[in-house]
Amino acid sequence: MTPHAETGPVQLALRGVTKRFRGASGPVTALDSVDLDVGHGEFICLVGPSGCGKSTLLNLVAGLDEADEGSILLDGEPVRTPGRDRMVMFQQDALFPWLNVLENVLFGLRLKPNLRDAERVEVARHYLDIVGLADKELARPHELSGGMRQRVALARALAPNPRVLLMDEPFSALDALTRDLLYGDIQRIFTQRKKTILLVTHNIREAVCLGDRVVLLSPNPGKIRQVFDIRLPRPRRINHPDLAELAGEVTSALASHLGGHEAAI
Amino acid sequence: MSRRLVAPLAFAALLLAGWEASVRAWLPGSPFVPTPTAILGWFWEALLDGSLLEATLVTLRRLSLGFLVGAGLGLLLGGLCARSRTVRDAIGWLALGLQTLPSVCWVPLAILWFGQREGAILFVTVMGTVWSVMLAVQESVLSVPPLYVRAAQTMGSRGWHLWSRILIPASLPGIVGGMKQGWAFAWRSLMAAEIFVVILSGYGLGTMLHDGRELLRMEQVVGVMAVVILVGLLADLALFGPVERWLRRTRGLGGG
Repeated sequence: MTPHAETGPVQLALRGVTKRFRGASGPVTALDSVDLDVGHGEFICLVGPSGCGKSTLLNLVAGLDEADEGSILLDGEPVRTPGRDRMVMFQQDALFPWLNVLENVLFGLRLKPNLRDAERVEVARHYLDIVGLADKELARPHELSGGMRQRVALARALAPNPRVLLMDEPFSALDALTRDLLYGDIQRIFTQRKKTILLVTHNIREAVCLGDRVVLLSPNPGKIRQVFDIRLPRPRRINHPDLAELAGEVTSALASHLGGHEAAI
Repeated sequence: MSRRLVAPLAFAALLLAGWEASVRAWLPGSPFVPTPTAILGWFWEALLDGSLLEATLVTLRRLSLGFLVGAGLGLLLGGLCARSRTVRDAIGWLALGLQTLPSVCWVPLAILWFGQREGAILFVTVMGTVWSVMLAVQESVLSVPPLYVRAAQTMGSRGWHLWSRILIPASLPGIVGGMKQGWAFAWRSLMAAEIFVVILSGYGLGTMLHDGRELLRMEQVVGVMAVVILVGLLADLALFGPVERWLRRTRGLGGG
């Protein structure tokens, strides 16, 4: 599974990554020797049904969990603990309710050494401006809508300038209208800032709309089944017919992998 | 707001008038049931000679000291229990057991250990406060959403930073609730201690209540009871009211 021809050299490399959990009825293999190369500035979408290990994979890259076998290399260095070079956006915004919007965005920046406080505030304001919330810096999280909160979470994840942005179903709790707006924002930021992004979703159309490559996983054991190159021009609109057609292809591929798996049992 | 004051004020007036009238009609001059006017008379008298104010100050001084020591210990132990599973397993059962012990049960032991001195009263108050605060702190820290911790870890927060910037602020509403409960327990324990531990180093409200019984001055007994209620109510409103309102406003808790 090599990176897209048009992207830079490999930034994130997964080699034989295996992760097992203790389930109610014996051990469950959440991920079974997964190999994946992600290029600099590449947007990868991991899709699959629940239990396919896509969120587990993201947690391993984030350093929030440890692989049983295999290795994860970020620019050649093994990943062991969480760090600001891999920022995470979660399904719930995870904003801290005791801090205002600006202080939330500053949280990671304050832990970043060799910066003056004025610079940190400047950077935080810059990212709030990028997500269109410059006028909300003194608001408290509970005063914002779900979409605005997820935007603040995006600004907070971008602010420490991570090498890789990890997104764990960040749009799934939002209404369709807000989601469509955020697809636009994410694509704009991705194109402008050339960020490497790993996004987990169960929404195939979303994956096709955002990704340079869509990586299809299926469960029992969690494995990569197929990888799709998405060569549609950006910015992509979620309702474009070409996009719908590609999403249809991915969906039928998923159905055949699931069917094949069930037949094998 | 002012319209909502009509019902309680009218009810209180009715209650007092009915009380006064029935005592005058059926139990005139009874040593056991004082009239509201007699209680008011005692109150005025005790206020003028300074004894009520002095007793209240003595009691509040003991309450503040007992609460500070008890809540401080509770915070420390609760934090330790939340941090370490071993500590939790080791002393959790003890705290749970001692919390159920009514604080007046500590009085005999306190008198034997400390004698009839301030130390005995402090000990009973602290014992009544520490366990409930400890359990509340432990519970609030353990119920901090793991998502906050994970999000903070990805931003490089760990160790003391994670405690001071995430775990403590996230559990603050629960800790304030525990402190409020601890304050109420301290108040109850202190009254038990003052009624049962007769000492010479200070004349508190509990002792005043106790003396009312000895002197068969029922207006003093009921009057002190009313003052105890009032002090508890005011302390609650003045100490915890602002903190709770601030938490509600900034975090949108409870109907925000």
